[in-house]
Order: sequence, then C-alpha cells, then structure tokens
Amino acid sequence: MSKKRDAAVLAVPVGDDDHFQGPADAAVTLVEYGDFECPHCRRAYPIVKEVQRRLGPRLRFVFRHFPLKEVHVHAEHAAEVAEAAGAQGKFWVMHDRLFERQFALEDDNLIEYAAELGLDAARVARELAAHIYKAQVRDDFMSGVRSGVNGTPTFFINGVRYDASWDADPLAAALEVA
Amino acid sequence: MSPGIPAPDFTLHSTPDQTVSLRDFRGRPVILAFYPADWSPVCGDQMALYNEILSEFQRYDAELLGISVDGVWSHLAFTEQRKLHFPLLADFEPKGAVARRYGVYRDGEGTTERALFVIDGDGIVRWSYVSPIGVNPGADGILRALEGLGKGKR
Repeated sequence: MSKKRDAAVLAVPVGDDDHFQGPADAAVTLVEYGDFECPHCRRAYPIVKEVQRRLGPRLRFVFRHFPLKEVHVHAEHAAEVAEAAGAQGKFWVMHDRLFERQFALEDDNLIEYAAELGLDAARVARELAAHIYKAQVRDDFMSGVRSGVNGTPTFFINGVRYDASWDADPLAAALEVA
Repeated sequence: MSPGIPAPDFTLHSTPDQTVSLRDFRGRPVILAFYPADWSPVCGDQMALYNEILSEFQRYDAELLGISVDGVWSHLAFTEQRKLHFPLLADFEPKGAVARRYGVYRDGEGTTERALFVIDGDGIVRWSYVSPIGVNPGADGILRALEGLGKGKR
C-alpha cells in the first residue's frame, strides 16, 4: 500500500505535559518543534514573540523539543536543562535565555544560566548529569517525527503542519484566520 | 515500483574499497532512500534527520541505505562532514543505473528522485513513496511501513 501523504497533523495532541504560554482555551494554538542550537529557530524566536504580542490572549504557544543532536552537539543538553528549569517552574525564562545565548551552550554555561535565573543550579546540574529529562526530550522528538517534522523549526497551527513562510506577517495572518 | 514486487538486487560502492549488495541484508528489512545529491541543503536535512533516528530503525532490525548518483569521494566527505552513521551508496557508474531500475531516475536533471522504499526480509518492496523533489519527506512514512511489516506475513 503505497500512500499519498496527507497534510501532516500532530500525532500527539497538545496536552497537560506540554509547556505553553497563553490561555489553555485560546482560539488558536501554535506548536513549534525546535532546537536551541538551531540558527533558524534562533531567528524564529523573536518572530514568535512578535506574533504573540499581536494576537494576545487569542493565541496559545507550545514549544516541543526537536534536538538534532548529531549536528548540534549541545542541543540535547540544552533541552534537558530547559526541562530541569521547567521542573522549577521556569521553563520559559530558560527557553528565552537559551536562544539569546545560543552561542554559548556548553554544560557549564547551562548551569550558569540556571543560577542567573534564580534556579537551584545544583539541582539542575545533578539532573543534567543524571539525564533525568532525556527520555522526555526524546518523547517530544519522536512525537515530532511521527507528526512529519523533518527539520527545525516546524510549526503546527491548530494541529496541522504549517509549511508556508514563518516571517511575522504571514505567520500572524495564518494564525488570524485559523 | 509497486508494493509486492521483488526489489531489484544491486551492488554499489559505499566507500572507495567496499561494496554493498541488497541481498546482503536478506532476512532483515531495508530502507532505500534515494536523494538527488550530497551537499544540497535539503538533502542534508533529510539525511541529518535519518541519522538522528537510526536507533528507531534499528528497533525493527532495519538497515538504512542512502543512494545518490554522487561518487564515493563525495559520499565520503559528506558522511564525515555530517557525521552520518549509515552507508551512502554511489549509483555512479553506469550513472543512475540502479535508480532507473527502481523507476526513480530524472533524465533531465541527471539525478534520482527523492524516493523511499521499504523492502522486507524476503526482498519484496512493501512500501514506496516519491516526494516532490524540493520536499524533505521526513521519516513518519518509513516508520509506519516498518510497523506494518510486523503485522504482515513476517
């Protein structure tokens, strides 16, 4: 059974385990599969912030990990540290910090950021060393593979893959009509 | 090349002094990933993605083989630069001969299509997909096909 590809849809719907910004009952949900070491994701980072500003409470934004660790050797640990920060209620500030300091993502840097952001940095270091969140990051990654994610960043609007330009104007326009 | 048809056997160079034959993998599933060229950015992404999920393919005991018309030296440099952990085969001489037998050669361009085949342990094509040339087909179709093998006769 050779089959034609349908429009790719999220294999794992947005749920309680996801990190999200914006109201849970927002009219539109934007999901990004991203990699903290990916330069294109870095470029998308302020653009997503801009569309969040434009749509306000009508938009819920979800970030899932898609670390391409063979090409971005720091990406997996960065994702694990974001999860470690999330366990202390600070996923999003770490998410922002990692993109803003994409040029410095060695393990020591990651622990430094945890301290700067007021986290229990020793706990983050322990959890990174024990790879407590590795499986969770991999689950995100595989949910992306199953959803037809083939590079980063990949966006889904209300569960359907968005393949057009993610510059601020077209992305905001697509969200407005979703 | 429709499902149910025996996959044409071939022997191609994977490095300057090694060859790989399809029949070497009898008893295990094989994923053939034809792609247009080393180095073009889209291909890099596709091969990079497969490189990340080799362990998922290995769960099905499946072997992944990349194939393009590039020569072995290009493949060698590309493999090293992208840190790929699976073989790239050179469909180089006569150019594109294997791609033609699988019906995925593009005469005008002189490259292969971006085409995927999943072949079962008996050497039968069980799934195939030809992607629009500029589009990375991802891996979800391959994984579904590998899952399907388990539910079939094997």
